[in-house]
Amino acid sequence: MPTGSIDDPDKARRFREAALPYLDDVYTLARYLLRDAADAEDAVQECYLRALKHFDTYRGPAMKPWLCAILRNICRAEFARRATAPTGIIDDSPEAAEQPPLWHEMPETPEAEIIRNRDATRIRRLVEALAEPFKETFVLREINNLSYREIADAVGAPVGTVMSRLARARALLRSAWLAEEEQSK
Amino acid sequence: MTCDEAEILIHALIDGELDAGHAREVEAHVAECPHCAAALAAYRRMSQEIADADLRYTAPPSLRRRIDAALPQTRAPSRRAVLRGFAMGSAVSALAATGLVAIVLRNDDEQRIMSEVVSAHLRSLQAGHLTDVISTDQHTVKPWFNGKLDVSPPVIDLTAQGFTLLGGRLDYVDARAIGAIVYRRRQHVINLFIAQTPSIERRAAKTEIIQGFNIRRWSERGLNYWAVSDIGADELNEFGEKFETAMQANKEG
Repeated sequence: MPTGSIDDPDKARRFREAALPYLDDVYTLARYLLRDAADAEDAVQECYLRALKHFDTYRGPAMKPWLCAILRNICRAEFARRATAPTGIIDDSPEAAEQPPLWHEMPETPEAEIIRNRDATRIRRLVEALAEPFKETFVLREINNLSYREIADAVGAPVGTVMSRLARARALLRSAWLAEEEQSK
Repeated sequence: MTCDEAEILIHALIDGELDAGHAREVEAHVAECPHCAAALAAYRRMSQEIADADLRYTAPPSLRRRIDAALPQTRAPSRRAVLRGFAMGSAVSALAATGLVAIVLRNDDEQRIMSEVVSAHLRSLQAGHLTDVISTDQHTVKPWFNGKLDVSPPVIDLTAQGFTLLGGRLDYVDARAIGAIVYRRRQHVINLFIAQTPSIERRAAKTEIIQGFNIRRWSERGLNYWAVSDIGADELNEFGEKFETAMQANKEG
């Protein structure tokens, strides 16, 4: 396959067709990892620009795990920036998890969907509060619907590691879930 | 199998990642171990609740525009180019997986198959080859598949529930013959692809968007199902739920 410069319209077209359908997947991962809508948008844009830059040498894995891997690296850099920045330190303490989410989806939905949305908000908060690397493994599997092998590709770990992380992630989520149900009684 | 092994492998069972032999081993352990059986039931319930709650985010239109503007502009794509896009993602990377657990996993690539399913859906709309057997009668469509597939796909008439049965078709996905049952909802076509799987594990439905089409995927009693359409995710879920309910009724009736 011929390789072209970044201005090559054929390459740009192929890239759009291959990568843009996964925009919601990449954005979803960014929202969970960064827990901030504006940071997530910046990370996703950076992800697509980087992916285009490396598209010439892209030979796999499948497009979705490849984009997830790039996004994940960008998020790591963002964590490092936050850690050194004077403000915006991530508070992963249990108290922080109790706080209401910083964002609200405001969909104009019929009554029937309100309960569903409330559940989604509650579960999203529990997932967001998971520690890494368990959160990324969980989100890639349960929400982005990647297979174990694709997750292994995206996070650069053996499949066996992915499996034990996923088991741990679900155990952590389950106890947080049960604790919350206990409280709300 | 020890409980320590099962503790990890029940998750692979829930996710449909085990090959048939290992799935049976885990099931055999669970049948004898109340502790692991309780854990499996609890995690399965949790996965179902997570699948039911829509936890995905939708990228805001402003972000889509920002990225669109940042990428080099292109000419409008031709039909051929769109089809070629579906061929992406079939590359299997050299995976440096070590350890025994990696070997027990089934060897397919869910995402690649989903892309192929969407591709098959698109072909069915373009080529004027939507159905091989045209009938709104399930008792005509079902026998038509006899001898053409290694499985007898369930054909259910959902006309009364708002999804008109149009017929059936033989298609090819993952280099295998696969049954496609065709339904219509208003002006929209729904292709329901059905293929055999070695696992008898039930997998809760998940809905994804690929190339602008909604796909609802689930597994039940040794069959994988993919419903593909351009109707909204809500309506496609409604279709899937009605199909599953009807299957349940058939099984009990």
